[in-house]
Amino acid sequence: MRNIFLFIRRFFNLLLFFVLQGTAIYILATYNKTHQAFFASAANEVTGSISSKYNAVDYYFRLKQTNDQLAAENARLHNELSTSFQNPDTAHVLKIDSLLTDTLHRIRKFNFLEAKVVNNSISDENNYMTVHRGALQGVKNGMSVIGPDGIVGRVIQVSDNYSRVMSLLNHKSQVSAMLKRGFYQGIINWDGKDPQYIQLRGIPKSAQVRKGDSVLTSNLSGIFPPELMVGTIAGIDSDPSTSFYILNIKTATNFSTVQYVYLTENLLGEEQEKLEAKTPKD
Amino acid sequence: MSSLLKNIIRFVFFILVQAFVLDKVPPLHQYVKPIFYFLFILWLPFNINRSWQMIIAFVFGLCLDYFSGTPGLHSIPCVLIAYLRPFLLSILLPRETTETSYAEPSIKSLGTVPYGVYILLLTFIHNSCLVFIEWLQFGDFVFFIGKVAATTGVSLLLIFVTELLFPRKAKYRTNAA
Repeated sequence: MRNIFLFIRRFFNLLLFFVLQGTAIYILATYNKTHQAFFASAANEVTGSISSKYNAVDYYFRLKQTNDQLAAENARLHNELSTSFQNPDTAHVLKIDSLLTDTLHRIRKFNFLEAKVVNNSISDENNYMTVHRGALQGVKNGMSVIGPDGIVGRVIQVSDNYSRVMSLLNHKSQVSAMLKRGFYQGIINWDGKDPQYIQLRGIPKSAQVRKGDSVLTSNLSGIFPPELMVGTIAGIDSDPSTSFYILNIKTATNFSTVQYVYLTENLLGEEQEKLEAKTPKD
Repeated sequence: MSSLLKNIIRFVFFILVQAFVLDKVPPLHQYVKPIFYFLFILWLPFNINRSWQMIIAFVFGLCLDYFSGTPGLHSIPCVLIAYLRPFLLSILLPRETTETSYAEPSIKSLGTVPYGVYILLLTFIHNSCLVFIEWLQFGDFVFFIGKVAATTGVSLLLIFVTELLFPRKAKYRTNAA
């Protein structure tokens, strides 16, 4: 027994080194697996409030760009209003099939919350954002995040007043997307090289692909509302070992200037997941 | 100013500079990333207990991790250099009683060449460890070599500029203090 104590006293520093390294590796490993960090919500509140103070200054320098972005988005939404269209044929009456939709209330699938970006990184290998809206304001884990110009990422941690967003510029981010021309489905991820470009994989070589084509969120994504802008094709690489393209996509969202985002969740997603889980696996 | 107060101010200052200045710099290239915060650990006083050095480094790394979003990523290299620092100092320190007459490592207390070696080695170890963790998750070997070389170069440049801008008065420790 005495020898054990002597041993511990002799190698106390080495043992402490291993204990601390082990703790750090354990924290990193669990975070990589589950995105659940230790003291995450307390730490999120503290770093979030410091970040929002910093952002109060930083935001001032970007007012003009943010204003332009929001005005352009308003114009786009005005163009989609039903009052912007006139029916040339007065005899033609649009009828809603009452068998498919409830006439008393239509089912809402997506609900949007607006949020201010208070912290944003683009120079790391895995980039995250902090937005000033949290569990008290109705944010939940897994909500999708959309900017004025295109999609931004997903919520991965929520504290009372702040939430942390994994942006598209993250090695762990995966988003289902499709080409506007031909509706070919693929997966968006990021290779870590340039924060202006993300990669779309899984588009077969039989697809007609041209530079400048739009890439939209797919109908199968389930998390993002369908047909939102992701970006435009900037470069076409064909992977020689498979029959798929690797497309370089210029992001629609400018990640270095984004200041306001919308958080949304698929209100029917839970029901869909429940149904899909019931499918027999054999 | 007492040594404790000075180091508490440095702790906050280095984290804020790294999180809100250097991490906000638009990236020049994937490999070129300014990393600078670990200078806090290199500047810790000589006379701190070795166990405390590691615990301080762990907490320091974890604080930065919560700002940058990946808990554990920066604490691992911080604890590593805090563990290796005393060994390196005991090799580099002149035989005379520098350790008892100066408070912390600086150009004056160690001499230009030993201080340069001290900074160079620990910067290299820190950045290699940090990039190695990233390399395990993604990337190829060129990524590892390129990023270690580029970040070490940028870090050394930043430390050099800091030494020029903020010359620390390496005062003799006296019995009265």
